[in-house]
Amino acid sequence: MTKLPDAERLCQQLARELKAQVKPSTAMIGIHTGGAWLAERLHAALGLQEPLGLLDIAFYRDDYAKQGLAKDPKRSKIPFDVEGRDLLLVDDVLHTGRTVRAAINELFDYGRPASIALVVLAERDGRQLPVCAQRAGAKVDVPAGMRLRLKRDAQGRLSLELERGA
Amino acid sequence: MKLLIRNGRVVDPKSGRDAVGDVFVADGRIAAAAGTPDRTIDAKGLVVAPGFIDLAARLREPGYEYKATLESEMDAAVAGGVTSLACPPDTDPPLDEPGLVDMLRRRAKALSRARVYPVGALTVKLAGKQLTEMAELAESGCVAFSQANVPVGDTQVLWRALQYAATFGFPVWLRAEDAWLAKGGVAHDGEVATRLGLAGIPAFAETIALAQLFELVRATGARVHICRMSSAAGVALLRRARHEGLPLTCDVGIHHLHLSDMDLGFFDSHCRLEPPLRSQRDREALAAGLADGTIDCAVSDHTPVDEDQKLLPFAEAEPGATGLELLLPLTLKWGMERKLTLAQTLARITSEPARVLGVASGRIEPGAPGDLVLFDPNAAWRVTSAALKSQGKNSPFLGMELAGRVRATIVAGNVVHEA
Amino acid sequence: MARNPQLNGNGELQHLLSIEGLPREILLKILDTAESFVGVTERDIKKVPLLRGKSVFNLFFEGSTRTRTTFEIAAKRLSADVINLNVAVSSTSKGESLLDTVANLSAMQADIFVVRHGSSGAAHLVARHVKPHEHVINAGDGRHAHPTQGLLDLYTIRHYKKEFGGLTVAIVGDVLHSRVARSLIHGLTTLGVPEVRVIGPQTLIPAGAAALGVRVFHSMREGLAGADVVVMLRLQNERMSGALLPSAQEFNKHYGLTADKLALAKPDAIVMHPGPMNRGVEIDSSVADGPHSVILPQVTFGISVRMAVMSMIAGGG
Repeated sequence: MTKLPDAERLCQQLARELKAQVKPSTAMIGIHTGGAWLAERLHAALGLQEPLGLLDIAFYRDDYAKQGLAKDPKRSKIPFDVEGRDLLLVDDVLHTGRTVRAAINELFDYGRPASIALVVLAERDGRQLPVCAQRAGAKVDVPAGMRLRLKRDAQGRLSLELERGA
Repeated sequence: MKLLIRNGRVVDPKSGRDAVGDVFVADGRIAAAAGTPDRTIDAKGLVVAPGFIDLAARLREPGYEYKATLESEMDAAVAGGVTSLACPPDTDPPLDEPGLVDMLRRRAKALSRARVYPVGALTVKLAGKQLTEMAELAESGCVAFSQANVPVGDTQVLWRALQYAATFGFPVWLRAEDAWLAKGGVAHDGEVATRLGLAGIPAFAETIALAQLFELVRATGARVHICRMSSAAGVALLRRARHEGLPLTCDVGIHHLHLSDMDLGFFDSHCRLEPPLRSQRDREALAAGLADGTIDCAVSDHTPVDEDQKLLPFAEAEPGATGLELLLPLTLKWGMERKLTLAQTLARITSEPARVLGVASGRIEPGAPGDLVLFDPNAAWRVTSAALKSQGKNSPFLGMELAGRVRATIVAGNVVHEA
Repeated sequence: MARNPQLNGNGELQHLLSIEGLPREILLKILDTAESFVGVTERDIKKVPLLRGKSVFNLFFEGSTRTRTTFEIAAKRLSADVINLNVAVSSTSKGESLLDTVANLSAMQADIFVVRHGSSGAAHLVARHVKPHEHVINAGDGRHAHPTQGLLDLYTIRHYKKEFGGLTVAIVGDVLHSRVARSLIHGLTTLGVPEVRVIGPQTLIPAGAAALGVRVFHSMREGLAGADVVVMLRLQNERMSGALLPSAQEFNKHYGLTADKLALAKPDAIVMHPGPMNRGVEIDSSVADGPHSVILPQVTFGISVRMAVMSMIAGGG
């Protein structure tokens, strides 16, 4: 049984590591749903000036033809101009890389950023696209047939959990 | 040809007889005594009844040969146990000329299947303006005069037509529907039409026309047969008129005994009929009216329509349903639901229409024409394109199973259909 | 014939033919999905790649520039290819049947048919005959249904009023001939709006109206009292000649929405109209252009709603 890292501790660790790199102009975007939760925490911890952007990749997924539209699409909201910005793209788990691919495609429909750095709470093996994280909280070994998920309880506490599924 | 039908359950609605026995046919008529038969049919397990008499079956000739032909529809008739049928005048051209009637009768006679009684057009081209030469048409073989589904808008023309027909004692068969109120309508003007956005024909289109007809009958003394009753209010009016003693008879289409506007579902054009299928209440009143004798008989209103004309939006689809081969099972179904005896049930398609038509068939007694049907009331069959002999496959009952299958049909002592 | 042809075996939307028969959950999902598309229409690149490579055929047997245009915009924003067929001038006028036209287009690899036709039931007929991977959206069939209009009307009401419970909605005008009214009524009753009223002269209210779940009023004064939402229906000129109404003037006097009649409704009532408007007939300019009017936002919401419908229908599974 893999012992999963403490998500809260990872979150604080990431905040410490990122503090050195952020500038007043740094803009952060979280990917719904887990990435958005994480981004809210990091955004507050880092005291960023620019309001937080949130991205729902429902309309950019590559599995629409097979799976149809996602169950609960949310509105993407980027309250700043993407053009020429250095962006911190935040997601909870980096696995195949397809979510990040969709997020980058969507971001480029908002404008042309100067750079995008990927920050994830946890990464696992299984990349299907050439995507990597600039900052990852921890590397987790996930058994075959299982999925690594970020959960948030009623008090807002984050935790990592394993679930059956791809 | 001497024909002996043995061991069948002989049902004669006219006399009320319902018992196992033999029927002997000689020289084209039912005979009292049994001589040596040329052919014996064992009717064990089958009902032997008078051949069915259908007062409305479209044979689509002349003019509509692409929809159906005399051959195919006559085959359908005898497959359905129908030994006599009256065909409405709405052919192309309409039956308003003696020559056309003559030709139809000769063609039908040559086919040697069911007996065909043409109903002539009441007005030239059915246009509701000029009277036809009714006496000439009667001489050619027309048994009555009708407008089919084309209403006469001009009441004065209607009055004169009834006066003229009454002069000769010719029966007039009319649908009770006000031309203006029905104009443009394709469904019963009620909840279903409102939901489906279909132009409606209110029930009072029928009652207003009935009231008008009754007055004209009182004034002219014409013998009127009202075709295809459709509403509860209409049945109620009819009951009062019968009580009054007006010389009226009437019929109901077999589909209207079983279906209502609820059956339109998602715009099923097989339910596009004239008159429209009305509400459940109306259906119930029609079924009850046929049972208590307010309505005299049931008809198939057989109308073959090719599928292309049904594969259209509801309002654009051609109205009508195929019916000759469903007359028996649907009549039996109605009789069972009303808890009637078999004799009472079959009367509605044998002795009663015979009375309206004024013919000697429709009964089993010595001297009557040798028109019989042998059927299995319990045999179930599925209504499919392949199962129907008619070229009209347009039925609201397609795909459904019905009970009542004809095994043999005999006209004038000849076996014209066997299954 | 009883199975709802709009839903597939999994209860998902495969055609949109009418609001009637759609479960509450699906209606709400369409509204929620439309909400998520509003963000797309507000940014510079108003496109998402969802329907890339798919073909949407606009099959309009009845002329309508505005509805066709909004469907075209919605489809293009989903990156679909759009082909417009104004059938009034094409093969069907040469006698080709509706189904033959559809079959020919099917052979040209269509994915979605958006169908507008003058006969009630046309969209249902098409849906019964398309291939399994093809989808049909009813853009208006005779008097029967105009589901995307009904949905955008529901979206508009929810946008301004937040909740459907507790609302009084009044629909005014030619209800008899209106597919817009029928669709909206079904949507409102399904979503639990407690008081749905129709207002019009007896000639323009259908026989079975009460069975639709509405209260019938023949007086504007009574019908508008306390209304939260007032929906004005377009009055067509043909009604004047069909012995249904004597004149536009008399109609306007008794059933036209003027400022003083609107004053009978709630102070924060919204005024809607499916368009195009007959100013001075069913609605006065002062009201159409006034602070209660949400007629223009309706058009904008219509694009998001149609994007939502297309993306829900064409998705795999």
